[in-house]
Amino acid sequence: MKEQNASRWFDRMTVIILTITTLLCLAPFVHLVAISLSSAGPITSGKVSLIPVDFTLEAYAKVFSDASMIRSMFFTIGLTLLFTASCMLMTIALGYPLSRKKLKGRKMMMLVVVITMFFSGGIIPEYILVRNLNLLDTVWAIVLPGLINPFYLIIMVSFLNNIPESLEESAEIDGSSHFRTLLSIMLPLSLPVLATLSLFYAVGRWNGFQDTLMYINSPELYPLQLKLYQMVQNSMITDLLKSEGGQRNMLLVPESLKAASVIFATVPILLVYPWLQRFFVNGVMLGAVKG
Amino acid sequence: MSFKNYMTRYWQLYALVVLPLAYFLIFRYGPMYGIQIAFKDFNFFQGILGSKWIGFEAFREVFGMRDFYLALRNTLMLNFLDLIVSFPAPLFLAILLYELKVVWFKRLSQTVLYIPHFISWVIIGGIVYQVFGTQSGMINNLITSIGFEAIPFLTSKHEWLATYLMVGVWQSAGWGTIIYLAALTGINKELFEAASIDGAGRLKRIWHITLPGLKSTIVVLLIINLGNMITIGFDRPYVIGNLAVREYSDVLSTFVYRVGLQSGQYTMATVVGLFQAVVGLIFVLGANYTSKKLTDESIL
Repeated sequence: MKEQNASRWFDRMTVIILTITTLLCLAPFVHLVAISLSSAGPITSGKVSLIPVDFTLEAYAKVFSDASMIRSMFFTIGLTLLFTASCMLMTIALGYPLSRKKLKGRKMMMLVVVITMFFSGGIIPEYILVRNLNLLDTVWAIVLPGLINPFYLIIMVSFLNNIPESLEESAEIDGSSHFRTLLSIMLPLSLPVLATLSLFYAVGRWNGFQDTLMYINSPELYPLQLKLYQMVQNSMITDLLKSEGGQRNMLLVPESLKAASVIFATVPILLVYPWLQRFFVNGVMLGAVKG
Repeated sequence: MSFKNYMTRYWQLYALVVLPLAYFLIFRYGPMYGIQIAFKDFNFFQGILGSKWIGFEAFREVFGMRDFYLALRNTLMLNFLDLIVSFPAPLFLAILLYELKVVWFKRLSQTVLYIPHFISWVIIGGIVYQVFGTQSGMINNLITSIGFEAIPFLTSKHEWLATYLMVGVWQSAGWGTIIYLAALTGINKELFEAASIDGAGRLKRIWHITLPGLKSTIVVLLIINLGNMITIGFDRPYVIGNLAVREYSDVLSTFVYRVGLQSGQYTMATVVGLFQAVVGLIFVLGANYTSKKLTDESIL
């Protein structure tokens, strides 16, 4: 009886702790939504925490009417699709041959790939290369350099290796070419891995920042994170000024404007997240097992 | 099999690998050619070949810079503190989630906890600057409303460090939880049953079965983290750091960016990049070696 009480107490504590933790985890988002929907006065006087005060949609109206934000959003969607498609094509094109054990030169090619996982030129040589190829300030500067992720490639090769050889052999007996085998047998069987890797590539590109910072100068080509950074950066300076002088800054709509922009940039990910989550969890497991 | 026969059978595979291998050659090995910039007085107009060879002179100069040592120290310090601070939470949460019987709550918690890992550091930066802001930030609102003075979370270096680490926990706890939960499903359930028959309560079972079962996962994760001690991402310190706290927030990656791309001192930046790559390689190889040694003893 005592054991059961102790057990129930433990369960209750677990639920309480987890509830508090998840609420704390969500709090920052809730705060930002509140700020984005509040008016300038209450924001300045520090009255806005988790609920909007003096509700207004002004900040969002500004964001949605900003052509450069909208353009950046659509550009980033297109960029992500282009990137993901290219990466997957290349990863499959290299992954399938590398999984065929009878291929001569396979080990050499694998070595070429694996070495790049442990050593690289560094960002300056990479920048010089992109510049020399005249790719600076173009979409290709942020698509080509990361075209194949060696780690994901290895995941693909491992997965294809696990497909029973008998399938490959019977296809060969039936006179199927390698191309055909790849398209009609291997790929359909690989859908989980293809979905997972596509999502890894896509989310990586969507959230990517450093390379866009380095390579993109034209505002028309600003991917969403870079555009968002330009907006948020001002607030850093403003906040610094405030804490040093303690003076009131007259332009306070910046806070709600920035908050609205952040939420604007976050919503797409949150929308697709429930579907993505399953693949990412599986993918992490795949990676953990291989790594 | 003759060469001709072999190629007739396999030419398609070779056709497939041409472009991907070209990618590796150009974009992965190509930059390695550029490493020699570290040994030359690099000038854009003269290019790599035209620039004068200066040997290790740039290395001497970099290793004499105070800023370099600050960046190095910060890199190691931030990584090390991150490891300590971010370590317990996922473990703790995974154990709690594992013990939970209510499936919907379990799944909901996991889903929520994992969200911060999905969003970009730029977005996190935006959130951080609002939540921890001195004037209108949520936390300082709370603090000032109960009568205390606002805390400069982002503009004073010690407070900034704490904020930086806490944000790290928030961002990574969910991901770590998933890894540990996956490891937990590998523990033999019969061990738990046997223990409870023997009269062991919840806490005893956790201590004697759950934790030892996670030992190998913990060790592996620890070793991977130690192997990456000198590598540090760019986005997080760059976005969350700022001029006021540069003494703590400037790390090797931001140093290279600032000195190389913003100031145009390509040679020095390449030196630091090369230093980081070589030392990083040594760390990783050392970690792998250690892991192999330990794996023989403790796991499998």
